[in-house]
Amino acid sequence: MLNTKPNIASPDDFYEALIALHGDLTPEQSRAVDARLILLLSNHIGDAAVLRQAMARARQGIEPAGHDTILAARA
Amino acid sequence: MHVDYQSLRFDYRRSPDQSAGSAARHPVVVVGAGPVGLAAAIDLAQAGQRVLLLDDDRSLSSGSRAICFAKRTLEIFDRLGCGEAMVEKGVTWNLGRVFHRADPVYSFDLLPEGGHRRPAFINLQQYYVEGFLLERAQALPNIEIRWQNKVTAVSQSAEAVTLTVETPEGEYRLSADYLVAADGARSPIRRAMGLESKGRSFRDRFLIADVRMKADFPAERWFWFDPPFHPNQSVLLHSQPDGVWRIDFQLGWDADPVAERAPERVIPRVRALLGHDAEFELEWVSIYTFSCLRMERFRHGRVLFAGDSAHGVSPFGARGANSGVQDAENLAWKLALVLRGEAPDALLDSYDSERVAAADENILNSTRSTDFITPKNEASRAFRDAVLDLAKDCAFARRLVNSGRLSLPSTYRNSPLNTPDEDAFEGAMLPGAPALDAPLEGGGWLLDRLGRDFTLLHFGEAAPVVDGVRVVNVTPGEDAQGLAARRYDARPGTAYLIRPDQHVCARWRRLNPAKLRAAVDRATARVPEMAAC
Repeated sequence: MLNTKPNIASPDDFYEALIALHGDLTPEQSRAVDARLILLLSNHIGDAAVLRQAMARARQGIEPAGHDTILAARA
Repeated sequence: MHVDYQSLRFDYRRSPDQSAGSAARHPVVVVGAGPVGLAAAIDLAQAGQRVLLLDDDRSLSSGSRAICFAKRTLEIFDRLGCGEAMVEKGVTWNLGRVFHRADPVYSFDLLPEGGHRRPAFINLQQYYVEGFLLERAQALPNIEIRWQNKVTAVSQSAEAVTLTVETPEGEYRLSADYLVAADGARSPIRRAMGLESKGRSFRDRFLIADVRMKADFPAERWFWFDPPFHPNQSVLLHSQPDGVWRIDFQLGWDADPVAERAPERVIPRVRALLGHDAEFELEWVSIYTFSCLRMERFRHGRVLFAGDSAHGVSPFGARGANSGVQDAENLAWKLALVLRGEAPDALLDSYDSERVAAADENILNSTRSTDFITPKNEASRAFRDAVLDLAKDCAFARRLVNSGRLSLPSTYRNSPLNTPDEDAFEGAMLPGAPALDAPLEGGGWLLDRLGRDFTLLHFGEAAPVVDGVRVVNVTPGEDAQGLAARRYDARPGTAYLIRPDQHVCARWRRLNPAKLRAAVDRATARVPEMAAC
């Protein structure tokens, strides 16, 4: 079960550190750091149900406006 | 003896069927003399069935094409009588290595344990595989092969399927109880029947360069992401027999498929990998894009689609030719039983359900590999690169690196032919699983002992007396290393019912003749599903 109650001892310190990570990065570099961070944290959590709940919450309220590059195939 | 299989040409010969007043009747016609059609024809013929094999061409594969043949496929080739020739000629390998830029990040051993006759893989040019299968087919008196016989129309009734066949001397008609369409990705039969294979295409292009050279790379699968010699793209290297190396360069969607095929474009790419003074010859060059797709159903009445005609995957995982040969073996024993009147036509429905499930498994694995190799948007590219970066020092990330999950046979977990377990078992040999091999005393192998019919594999000091099913008994003395007992979680008295395609369909801790009979009936569709009572 995804824990959404306060769980970080020093929230302002955490948030400052998270933002500071990106202070001198381009958007592309930030994307790389975020991707690594998500992978590291996901492995640390490990629990597939928790990860899926977090993924679902993260997408909540975002109306899809993009698409990937997969094409339909017919033969 | 060296045979240049690519240069062989087979003569069209007029058949008496072409002069018959009406369509000559055959029990089974297989269309397509590729690996799948040849395997199906041989398997049917070994089961005593007369087979007519038609091919629209007069030669074998030109170009090395499929090169990776997996352990299970080699075991099928053993059963078809040509496994040894394949392994002797092929390059055996078990190890894959993955590099990111110039650094090794991950390696995987596809067969980390001993006690198997066949390796995880051999690499062998498709024309050798077809050549060895063809030689085996030609040695069987009940296979007739007609070259330059192209099927142009198909119709069927409740009693028969009727084909129109075009030859250099004009058209003729044939009728058959069943038609096996192993006529490849573009399947003219699929088209003639107005059917489709549907799925997804990936926006990427790849260059295959087969080069002949002396090189000291080991017999391993090497895969680079973003190597210095081919920046921002991936490269795959495989060793083949006769000093031929397969190099697969990712080019990206914008590459020009015609221009990139030209030697003056290919040679610098190869030199970048091998070094500027490398000596090599280009053997075969091809540019491809890929799709994951399948037909909705593989059985359409009396027509059964097998191999690329029924499904397609990307090549990273060697799941195309391998799964096609596995289709053929799934189908052959069922068709043989139905044609002999020993099983109802409904048995063929299980070909559809088992192999559609297998195709879905292959497509799932192939699509996941493709998502890693060909990131489909910015986010997937960022995660892919993050995985590769973390893989250097974080063990967890190495397991996420996906350069292809290589072909493994499917376990038909939900097959209607399985008898659900009543007894407790551990390990992989659940109903639906392909039987694992094990060494036996005296140099034999367990899989070789299984027959062409249903086999009761029994573990104990003495073979049980059983009516109507061939028994293979493995004594503790024969299983001196204990590997068979371990792989089958066997104790004295344990019995497995194995299908003609060497898949498990039932197992018990203690044999019961009535349950054995019921399991054989179920595995041959001879009883309808029992209603709950």
